[in-house]
Amino acid sequence: MRKEFSQWTEQFGRREPRLIFLTGDLGFGALENVQAALGPRFVNMGVCEQNMVSVGAGLAQQGLLPVCYSIAPFAVFRPYEQIRLDIAIHKLPVKIIGNGGGYGYGIMGATHHALEDLAVLSCLPNFNCVVPLCNSDVTGACEFLFQHMGPGYLRLGYGLWPETVGLLPPFDPVRQLVACRLGPPRVTVAGIGPVLLSTLPWTAENGQVDVFAISQLPLPALTPALIESVVASKQLIVVEEHAARGGLGEFLAAALAREGVSFRLHHKHAAGYPNGRYGSQAYHQQQSGLDAMSLQANVSRLVS
Amino acid sequence: MTDLNSCLIAKRNECATRLLALYKQANAGHIGSSLSCLEILVDLCFQRLGKDDMLILSKGHAAGALYTTLDLSGRLLDAKLDTFYKDGTLLAAHPPCSGEIKAIPFGTGSLGHGLSLACGLAFSQRFTGRNFHVYAILSDGDCNEGSTWEAVLFAAHQKLMNLTVIVDLNGIQGIGYTKDVLQLEPITDKWRAFGFAVAVAENGNDFASLALAHDQLRDSAGPRCIIARTVKGNGVSFMQDKVAWHYLPMKDEQYTQALHENSASCS
Repeated sequence: MRKEFSQWTEQFGRREPRLIFLTGDLGFGALENVQAALGPRFVNMGVCEQNMVSVGAGLAQQGLLPVCYSIAPFAVFRPYEQIRLDIAIHKLPVKIIGNGGGYGYGIMGATHHALEDLAVLSCLPNFNCVVPLCNSDVTGACEFLFQHMGPGYLRLGYGLWPETVGLLPPFDPVRQLVACRLGPPRVTVAGIGPVLLSTLPWTAENGQVDVFAISQLPLPALTPALIESVVASKQLIVVEEHAARGGLGEFLAAALAREGVSFRLHHKHAAGYPNGRYGSQAYHQQQSGLDAMSLQANVSRLVS
Repeated sequence: MTDLNSCLIAKRNECATRLLALYKQANAGHIGSSLSCLEILVDLCFQRLGKDDMLILSKGHAAGALYTTLDLSGRLLDAKLDTFYKDGTLLAAHPPCSGEIKAIPFGTGSLGHGLSLACGLAFSQRFTGRNFHVYAILSDGDCNEGSTWEAVLFAAHQKLMNLTVIVDLNGIQGIGYTKDVLQLEPITDKWRAFGFAVAVAENGNDFASLALAHDQLRDSAGPRCIIARTVKGNGVSFMQDKVAWHYLPMKDEQYTQALHENSASCS
């Protein structure tokens, strides 16, 4: 998604003179086009995430549109107090861009993973967290993020839309990706980010499962289709490459409870480092039961 | 003594009387910190700040001094001073984050934020073409924070010549003397080594000393820092240079004495 983000930013920056791109000395091989397009509006702040965020707040106070870029854990956790106080509480339109959310940086290890970013940001006042579903979703996600004139967070990852299931629906905070064809849904799957993509081909083929992509936290208003699906299936599987606490699962469970929907929640989330070992993103997904095979087994068990 | 100095002293004493009353009414602490930077604020608010210039009080715990000087200099248009510390006020113990008071662009209170915010304001002019000066008042405690030094690096690297930092160096922080908690000296060398033009106000509670320091930096081509060597609780004998007066509220007899000493210094 980083490539798509840099392409969008380059274009947006050309037409929006208020855009100021700040990076915490990261983006090698990905942001050179942005730097060339923005010139002095592209500023390498050094490895100083706290200062980057507060400088961004100062720029925004003067009517500019700063973006603060780093890899997700560095963009969020080191300057968290600056994000909370100087941006969120002041309602300033600073956008935090975190590349490699979840286990995105794989073998780089725990220091480079962001498993709690959505939890800690989505609870802040005025904050809007946006998670594209796949690479080709980034443009729509960025447009959506910048429509919101307050603070925001974009969590980038990597994932290809499976063309076999049809066209990617235009960006929307809540989208139905797969609709069951064979009577009422036996299972409803809802997920956030590219980890959901692996469920699509076989749920589409199965015909007894509804699949929804959520791309915004705090959770937007639930669509009638999602509510009706859970009412019918009474089985909700939530898929997220994020810690259980404060993620999509808790948001969705609470929202459905407020709607008076009765259902059983099956929460598939990042488990951290259960065996204390490290590996690729796929390895950590498998350790957490977020790989395609584990998810398919879970869904199949509920469908049968 | 010049007329200007006399005028500033009179304003200072008026502010001191007001802030002592505010803290007494609130039965609250942070009086020593407010008295420490009062002359710095009076100097800025009554003679130095231009119409578009901006001020960040990074040591937000000295809010009483900020509110009184802003009020007496006609800048606190959106809030009533006598609501200080009361339920429903804009004037909390630390400057508000609401953005409703034009003269307070940012709420502060957690140390280590103010200089970065000031840098952002100063840096914005590269893109907006506006022209104003930014002043940031820091404390000993602010200089403990790593984020402050990130901002110092940035300001020097970007040659933010529209930025002046004033370190209200009273030698005391939360629960101890700075030299015992986390030694900052030689602080002048540190700021200078990071790339700031530095001047020292040997008596940071004296207007002439402050003016001299500002004058020494007038032609700087980069960011400026004034190390203002101040006294915590300045002007009140039992508070001066006492750690406890970072937090203590005044008893009735202490308030009476503080007012008396303040009015005596007016004469």
